Amino acid sequence: MKKASIDELKKLAQEMRKDIIVMLGKAGSGHPGSSLSVIDIITALFFNVMHHNPKDPQDKNRDRFILSKGHAVPALYAAYARAGYFPYEWIYTLRQLGSPLQGHPDRRKLSFLEASTGSLGQGLSIGIGICLAAKLDKKDYRTYCIIGDGESNEGQIWEAAMFASHHEVDNLTVILDYNKFQLDGPVKDILDMEPMEKKWSSFGWHTQEVDGHNMQEIVDALEKSKTVKKQPSIIIAHTVKGKGVSFMENNNHFHGVAPTADETRKALLELGESREEIEEVLKR
Amino acid sequence: MSLEKRLGAATRDAYGKALVELGKKNPNIVVLDADLSKSTKTEAFGKEFPDRFINCGIIEANMVGVASGLAISGKTVFASSFACFMMCKSYDQLRMAVANPKADVKIVASHGGISVGEDGASQQAIEDIALATSLPDFTVLLPSDEYCAKALVMQAALTPGPFYMRTGRPKAPIVHSENTKFEIGKGVLIKDGKDITLIANGLLVFEALSAADTLQKQGINAAVIDMHTIKPIDTALIKQQCDKTGAIVVAEEHSIWGGLGTTVSRTVSLLKPVPIEYVAIEDVYAESGKPEELMIAYRLTAEHIVEAAKKAIQRKQL
Repeated sequence: MKKASIDELKKLAQEMRKDIIVMLGKAGSGHPGSSLSVIDIITALFFNVMHHNPKDPQDKNRDRFILSKGHAVPALYAAYARAGYFPYEWIYTLRQLGSPLQGHPDRRKLSFLEASTGSLGQGLSIGIGICLAAKLDKKDYRTYCIIGDGESNEGQIWEAAMFASHHEVDNLTVILDYNKFQLDGPVKDILDMEPMEKKWSSFGWHTQEVDGHNMQEIVDALEKSKTVKKQPSIIIAHTVKGKGVSFMENNNHFHGVAPTADETRKALLELGESREEIEEVLKR
Repeated sequence: MSLEKRLGAATRDAYGKALVELGKKNPNIVVLDADLSKSTKTEAFGKEFPDRFINCGIIEANMVGVASGLAISGKTVFASSFACFMMCKSYDQLRMAVANPKADVKIVASHGGISVGEDGASQQAIEDIALATSLPDFTVLLPSDEYCAKALVMQAALTPGPFYMRTGRPKAPIVHSENTKFEIGKGVLIKDGKDITLIANGLLVFEALSAADTLQKQGINAAVIDMHTIKPIDTALIKQQCDKTGAIVVAEEHSIWGGLGTTVSRTVSLLKPVPIEYVAIEDVYAESGKPEELMIAYRLTAEHIVEAAKKAIQRKQL
């Protein structure tokens, strides 16, 4: 894939926000909040930072990507669709019987997914296994893994964190989508993860903190993570749940509830879609 | 019992040796352990091939995830711990990171059953087979002796996809020989008979042979099968023996729920049903004690198989 410029990335992310709303609006269920908080990071990875080839999804030298917080998968499908991994029209089939676009990433249905996620806490360990295989095979591909803040409640995340630094897994970049909410409420009320940065640095990780909606900061941090040696790297991306749609921002109702038809129209209008285009899309 | 008991190596030892042999032949084998390598017997592989061995620490869930990542990147991964920890602590990971992507991960877990002995209930897996067989696309194995264990490990390494194999702590009586032919998915008919079929696995295969010897002296001619593969089950052999003997005893060192007994009974129910009796651990956890004491206390001996066989034969007349 050729690298998109920062401006192009911003435009793409805006288009993919619309994809997410359309997908979820049509599906009638799913997770808008997380999909919108993570989309800028996914855009930067798929259209600038990662080496991958949609025409050869199993290319042995490709960079690997795992969305450990699997419920944000509409953001990932938007990226795969726009990169050309599958026909764009597939996004209209999300969560329908027989669709390869399952409610959570499923490698049995979509073979180029590196992992089947959705049971929180698992993706990071799988990513580390991929990194160790790269080292054994003396390959220089890199593995990127996005985890959530609620997901970081899981003990397995910290097992993996200890393990990765002990084994100096430096071909791994983790991005934490730190949107400050989990299903039942604010992370600080359910199970506070602060001090987040100190946790990771004390576990032996190289840490960076960025605004997870500032494309330049995201790209710069991802590039910097590639230069870190002898330790795994995490980017703590401060994000806003529901980012980009005013009535979804920091509104945890939209953690796991899809927009109604009216909300879908309203959201798409806000994101810059024309009324005609919206009615056209909703008919598909 | 009168049948002579010749103790061979524990099946965990046979696994350890087979791994080293595999490691020499196949540079693609990677072995993981969760700080029990001295007990599971992966230690020897680790010494021989340190670059392809990771002692992960006491971190089973992460270990299974790492195994998945290695496997989907082209490695054949063996991962070991005790059966209870492997299956119970990392079941979600086995489900989503191994079974779901059909990853080439071979879980070989030692200390299965109550013959673990003195360490007591927390270390004795009695539900591992039930858990393993429930995972789609898993092949599930429980070898009886060192020959069986070695052969199954070597075949598993050559067969893509997820496997669960239980090994045992104590030395296992020899019930096969170097010449026995093993095939994953095919039971071994060790002794033929016409009155009843004793289907067993693990340490209970010797007990079944011993029971058959006793029964013979009482005029009952029993067949004995080592059903080392629980999934996929050898339906053809079960059918053949149902037709021929018309009664079955299933004997295993596992809970009555979800083990070989459950699988055989389901298979038979889809054929022409015959009476089946079960020798297995009732719905309880065991306790500390010497392995042989526990096998008697929890009714897993040849005597109990003889009793069960007579009951099943009696039920043929009903």
